[in-house]
Amino acid sequence: MRFSLFKRKPPEPLGGRAFDLLCLTVAVVLGVHAPHMPAWLSAALAATLILRWWQRRRYGGRAPLALKLPLVALLSAAVIFHYGTLFGREPGAALAVGLLVLKLLETESPRDARVGAAFACFALMTALLFDQGMVATVLVALGLLPALATLRALEPAPAATSLPRELLPALKLLAISLPLALLAFVLVPRLSSPLWGAPNAAQSKTGLSEDMSPGDFSELLTDDRAAMRVDFQGAPPPTALRYFRAYVMWDYDGRRWSHSNEPGDPAGVEHGPVINYTVSLEASGQRVLPALDMPLEAPAQAQLTRDREVMALRPVNDTLVYTMRSSPGYHLATQLDGADRRRGLQLPAGFNPRAIALAERWRAQYGRDDAAIVQAALRLFHDGGFSYTLAPAPLGRDAVDDFLFSTHEGFCEHYASAFTVLMRAAGIPARVVTGYQGGYWNTMGSYLLVRQSDAHAWSEVWLPGRGWVRTDPTAAVRPERVSLGAAATAAGAGTLANWSPNQWWLGLRNQWDIVNHWWNQGVIGFDSLRQHGLLTPFGMQDTDAGTLGLLLAIGGSLFATLGLAWAVWKRPSSDPARAAMQLLERRLAAAGVARRHSEGPQHYFSRAARALPTQRAELDRLMRTYLELRYAYEEPPAALLKNFRQAARHFRPRRMVK
Amino acid sequence: MFPAIRRLQSWAERRLPALTRYKRPESLPIALHRRRIYIVPTGFGAGFTVLLLVMMVGSLNYTNNAALLLTCLLGAASVSSMLVAFRSLNGLHLTAIRQGNAIAGEPLAVQLVFSGGDHPHASVHADMDAQTDAFAVPADGETLVTLNLATSRRGWQHLPRIKLWSNWPLGLFHAWSWIHPDQAVLVWPQPETAGPPPVLPGEQGLRQRLRQGEDIAALRDYRAGDPQRHIAWKSSARHETLLVKDFEQPESREEWRLDWRHLPQLAPEARISRLARWLGEAEAAGRTTSLWLPDEEIGPGHGRSHYARCMNALARLP
Repeated sequence: MRFSLFKRKPPEPLGGRAFDLLCLTVAVVLGVHAPHMPAWLSAALAATLILRWWQRRRYGGRAPLALKLPLVALLSAAVIFHYGTLFGREPGAALAVGLLVLKLLETESPRDARVGAAFACFALMTALLFDQGMVATVLVALGLLPALATLRALEPAPAATSLPRELLPALKLLAISLPLALLAFVLVPRLSSPLWGAPNAAQSKTGLSEDMSPGDFSELLTDDRAAMRVDFQGAPPPTALRYFRAYVMWDYDGRRWSHSNEPGDPAGVEHGPVINYTVSLEASGQRVLPALDMPLEAPAQAQLTRDREVMALRPVNDTLVYTMRSSPGYHLATQLDGADRRRGLQLPAGFNPRAIALAERWRAQYGRDDAAIVQAALRLFHDGGFSYTLAPAPLGRDAVDDFLFSTHEGFCEHYASAFTVLMRAAGIPARVVTGYQGGYWNTMGSYLLVRQSDAHAWSEVWLPGRGWVRTDPTAAVRPERVSLGAAATAAGAGTLANWSPNQWWLGLRNQWDIVNHWWNQGVIGFDSLRQHGLLTPFGMQDTDAGTLGLLLAIGGSLFATLGLAWAVWKRPSSDPARAAMQLLERRLAAAGVARRHSEGPQHYFSRAARALPTQRAELDRLMRTYLELRYAYEEPPAALLKNFRQAARHFRPRRMVK
Repeated sequence: MFPAIRRLQSWAERRLPALTRYKRPESLPIALHRRRIYIVPTGFGAGFTVLLLVMMVGSLNYTNNAALLLTCLLGAASVSSMLVAFRSLNGLHLTAIRQGNAIAGEPLAVQLVFSGGDHPHASVHADMDAQTDAFAVPADGETLVTLNLATSRRGWQHLPRIKLWSNWPLGLFHAWSWIHPDQAVLVWPQPETAGPPPVLPGEQGLRQRLRQGEDIAALRDYRAGDPQRHIAWKSSARHETLLVKDFEQPESREEWRLDWRHLPQLAPEARISRLARWLGEAEAAGRTTSLWLPDEEIGPGHGRSHYARCMNALARLP
């Protein structure tokens, strides 16, 4: 007689249904990877996929080896040609997707199809390395459906009649697995430092950059993607104080302001009340972490520069959540040393003669009163016929002169640049600061949504006794830029004719953004630090990996119990008389009188009565009631049924004392 | 099979009654329940676990929580599929076994009747000896599974252990249960390939039996018990007695009276083979036969059921 746990099975051909589902799976993988693959590669792979599907449907059989090997070589060559290498995130993903498509060429057995479906799951996961937003994750998770449906179709079972019916069981399986998945997600111990080097994303992200020349922001100011989301502990700062500083720019070459990394300790700051807040920063590809003016200390894995910019140790290539302390009322660097004063007054020679002349006139007029000169400049912007527009006229070589004396139009960069030049020309140390200002306050989620379009540039002037003072010349021209934000300002300026539908759309998106915020906070931002603080509400300050593993084991056992209960659960009999009889049978079986398969009720009861002579009368009554219930009527009276059920419930076999 | 494995198996059957106790024959109906369903990951399941680990380490390393969530989801779905695999066997009942007819040496069709209980069973395999058959059982319904049993000799043959297994739904887990129904099937004796025709007693060869035909052969006197519609009323009116249309005709071929005792020169098995051959030839020719065995006599008859009765009697001979 044969005995083996694992049976050798003859290779069976792969059914058309499973193959179609596998093709669908691969198509989904191709779809989620298409955004970051070169279009020609996506198109070629899609064409291969369709050709293979058609070929197998029409003729059957696998592709010849003579075709497969050159195709693999061609794929590698194409990836190297485009990316220059086979390794790294993009080329690796492109290669994986390509190999998956080529795997289809030789897929002819259930084993091939299983390997293909499993590899497709892996390829789906790699798509999340590029975008781990909520929408992308949900799309990728839905991509698991055809993969699981493929695996199901490989088992012999009555065929489903339509595609939704194929996919629905997989969806159900994922849905019932979600609680366990969430438990595992929360409790799987996170690595505090990576095991090997994280991939360096050389993606060019739009956003703030390390230098600025007037006009640079015009693209940024119409980009309404989220830049960051801020949760404040306690009340948020008033709108006018929501300045998030990123780069401080000292160097000016007549056209371009640029940031330079001067080594040194952060400048001293005297501060008033402190605001604690948590920022969830979208991937920017840069090291700078925007912080509310004025940051008091840097979060972990980041440091404060000399000018109190917050710089992460590595570029931010994924959504990053960090907690900060800032103080809106501050005095920064009340003492200025000679080198800084020189840097703060430096102007390129031979540029903007009219602006310099104007500043020197102000100096002559107000004497040593720096604050009065600042006010004179702001008055000029306010009363001098300046307008705020996102599409200003181009500027010539003497950009500040052109702006101040002829075009009179521009946006924050123009004002900040011109103001800083004027201050330096007047002998007041000044510098440009870029960052974000404003944002949308989401009342439902109580957080501040800052978009790329909230990018802003302003100035800091150094005044004796007060240190570096933030001065926003744009606010002088158009105060609503500060109080309402960039979009409102642009709308007021009428630069976009049909703004109202966009406005409505933006409002809707602002409301919807709360979901992204929750996703960023709850899923993406759930790092090892947050995990360690998981049990703080229960009085455990630091949850280490051992505790997490224990919790995972406990939770897993709980789910296993629930799952087993479901698996062994039997539908109770819909026949109440039968259910009551089964109860009796169980109790009698426990007393040693189990009903035999072939035994009728009468025989069984009389056998039970012989075994339990003390209860003979009771058993006899039960038997008669049961027989009457079963055989005497077409439709037994309810009272009789009730009677039997009660009697069955109350019956307890008494063991014989021998 | 290697002797070492067989020794290990017999040791396991002796020392691990929990794993093997259901391999003793048991009476129908057999219900599969949690104490007798075993489950292990398949090879693919093991590979998939490795893949999940790679995905998890990768997403942890790159602190990519979305990918980790996806990995956890896939892992949880795999674990759930284990319960589904278990459930695809749990509650399955083998309620009856029916057998076909086959002579020794030919495969015998054995029909297993499975009922589903309270939930459907989407994909179950039944393995008996070297063959396997996949089937599905609806909830509260029945499914017939036909397996072919190899036979070698006539007589009662016990059913072997049958393995019921399922890799449903994802092929990640292999759930199985051994059943050993206490049921035997009857295998007919194998007819000899060639031999003499039966020697028939002289008077029997001459005797012409009448059998009912369609043509009227003659008119005869009424006998009690003749059907009323056979009475030839018109002819009867001209006679004093009732006349009956006689449909009986001389049989075209004589009855074979096959007697165990007429073959004393042969060994018992050879006698059985010869009788089986004669029965087969008679059945093929549509001939009436009667079978006389030491303990049993089967009166004259013909047709498939008569043949089966005779063959069963031969098969049961000691």
